[in-house]
Amino acid sequence: MSIMSDPSVPEKILEVKDLKKFFYAHKGLIGNHRQEIKAVDGINFSVFRGETLGIVGESGCGKSTMGRAILQLQKPTEGSVTFEGIELTRLKNHKLRKLRKDIQMIFQDPFGSLNPRMTVGAMLKETVQTHHVVKSNETKEYVENMLEQVGLKKSFYSRYPHEFSGGQRQRISIARALAVKPKMIVCDEAVSALDVSVQAQILNLLQRLKKQYGLTYLFISHDLSVVKHISDRVAVMYLGQIVELADKKEMFNNPLHPYMKALLSAIPLVNQESRERIILKGEVPSPLNIPKGCRFHTRCPFAKAICSEKVPELEEKKEGHWAACHFA
Amino acid sequence: MEQPQLKAGPITFSKPSKKVVSRRSSKILKHKLALMGGIFVAVLILLAVFAPLIAPYSPIRQSYAEALKPPSSAHWFGTDTLGRDLFSRIIFGAQVSLKAGLISVGLALLIGVPLGMISGYFRGLWDDLIIMRVTDAMLAFPSLILALTLAAVLGPSLNHAMIAIGLVFTPNFIRLVRGEVLAQREREYVTAAKASGLKNVHIMIRHIFPNILGPIIVQATLNVAAAIIAEASLSYLGLGTQLPTPSWGAMLAEGQGYLQQAPWISIFPGLFIFVAVISINVFGDGIRDWLDPKIK
Repeated sequence: MSIMSDPSVPEKILEVKDLKKFFYAHKGLIGNHRQEIKAVDGINFSVFRGETLGIVGESGCGKSTMGRAILQLQKPTEGSVTFEGIELTRLKNHKLRKLRKDIQMIFQDPFGSLNPRMTVGAMLKETVQTHHVVKSNETKEYVENMLEQVGLKKSFYSRYPHEFSGGQRQRISIARALAVKPKMIVCDEAVSALDVSVQAQILNLLQRLKKQYGLTYLFISHDLSVVKHISDRVAVMYLGQIVELADKKEMFNNPLHPYMKALLSAIPLVNQESRERIILKGEVPSPLNIPKGCRFHTRCPFAKAICSEKVPELEEKKEGHWAACHFA
Repeated sequence: MEQPQLKAGPITFSKPSKKVVSRRSSKILKHKLALMGGIFVAVLILLAVFAPLIAPYSPIRQSYAEALKPPSSAHWFGTDTLGRDLFSRIIFGAQVSLKAGLISVGLALLIGVPLGMISGYFRGLWDDLIIMRVTDAMLAFPSLILALTLAAVLGPSLNHAMIAIGLVFTPNFIRLVRGEVLAQREREYVTAAKASGLKNVHIMIRHIFPNILGPIIVQATLNVAAAIIAEASLSYLGLGTQLPTPSWGAMLAEGQGYLQQAPWISIFPGLFIFVAVISINVFGDGIRDWLDPKIK
């Protein structure tokens, strides 16, 4: 952190404004009848330097699409993404490529995200060389050290991905992301494909590396307990929008949005009397046909007339606690 | 129905099941086949290169006294209508046929693979749409007619025939490679490579290409065979190898009228085409497996 910045006001490293990503489905033989799939529909949030912001939501809510849109792996339909003051959506290709050094990504599928025809060493080496992280004659040593940093053996350098377990592969992905000395890492369901015991190892590794390298994480997951474990702040997504955003403790102790309340009420308690369970009606509406007004009103147990008419804005209801609900 | 009884007793480790054994032995068999294919290809290439040293007679020396002689100790594969030694002609013919097969497919690969990769990877209007429409137009033509037209326009010679065959085979590779790239580009390792900031060209060459090499090799080996036949057809029509230079295809065609009286004229060149094609295919299959780190 620079000397100039006031430590009480955290510095924004990433700012997402009104981010939208629509997909189009064509219906019928003649292409003029097209449907919009609003996967990400107007998202606003900031990530502060050094924190872990968890994004949680059920599958299909658009969290992965959002992660990819932030990294410009899928061009956003609208909105802006600012990383350290640089607007990414309008950045030229070669500048964007250079900037990717600072903001890396770890993917969900540890079996799909590594090239089956490349050795671990070759894979790490190429990113290190592309971004000129170290001198070319030091690359091998550097990569081997990186492997040790994530808990792998140096000898794995010349092995192929299929020789490893899921957890080891995810460590390789982490090493690859880390090898270019990024400032921020987007973890897209980084532990979801792993066994619970391996999940814990990887989460602990991520936390250790964060401290060691001063990283910032945007941690996308569908798993509330994982998000709770690793995040400083948590944002909840529903049907392509953020419905609640708060400090982790605040979020889990005092949720404001009925969706988050319902989710938390579903977690079984061990040492307390059972709390009242909020059971949601029906299923998540299709992103092809998003309900008018508040998009949660079709399932909300507290819905009133206004909910089906007026869209609730994401407002700061308490200090640092934002929610998009008329009655929160 | 009788239930299988579980008996108490010492645990014994049975031998690997038959299925495992057969799978393992089929792998070794495949390995041996590939090796044999490789040896055959090598032998054919050596025959072609050292043809003047190996062939007992000149391939174009005619002798009416010895016309249509069946295989004997003097003429191992017999003689043709003009009394030329078929064994010598086949050895010299290997030069033409292997060259025609390998060079025309090489040309098709050289043009087809990059175009297919660009088309599949970028999927833009100019690259994908136009490349694919031209490809479709070429595929819509009967390939031999197209090769014939091209060879006729370029003028009759072996080199021109190879160019014509190469161009006619190019769309096959464009289509195949495009399809394979389309499948690979959606794989997460490609997204991961993009996310780590690699250049598109680098991703295409270092990441996607090794993953689509298998089908390309299979297609290429099959097309070498087809190219040998295509060269034969063009030569038969007078647009390929010029007489009296021997090529397997042309010899096969020459024997056509004498299948009753002197079947050896066609049988031996046919046999060599067959062996060459099979060996190249099997060898190609072996290379593909050898390149796959999972099978190795």
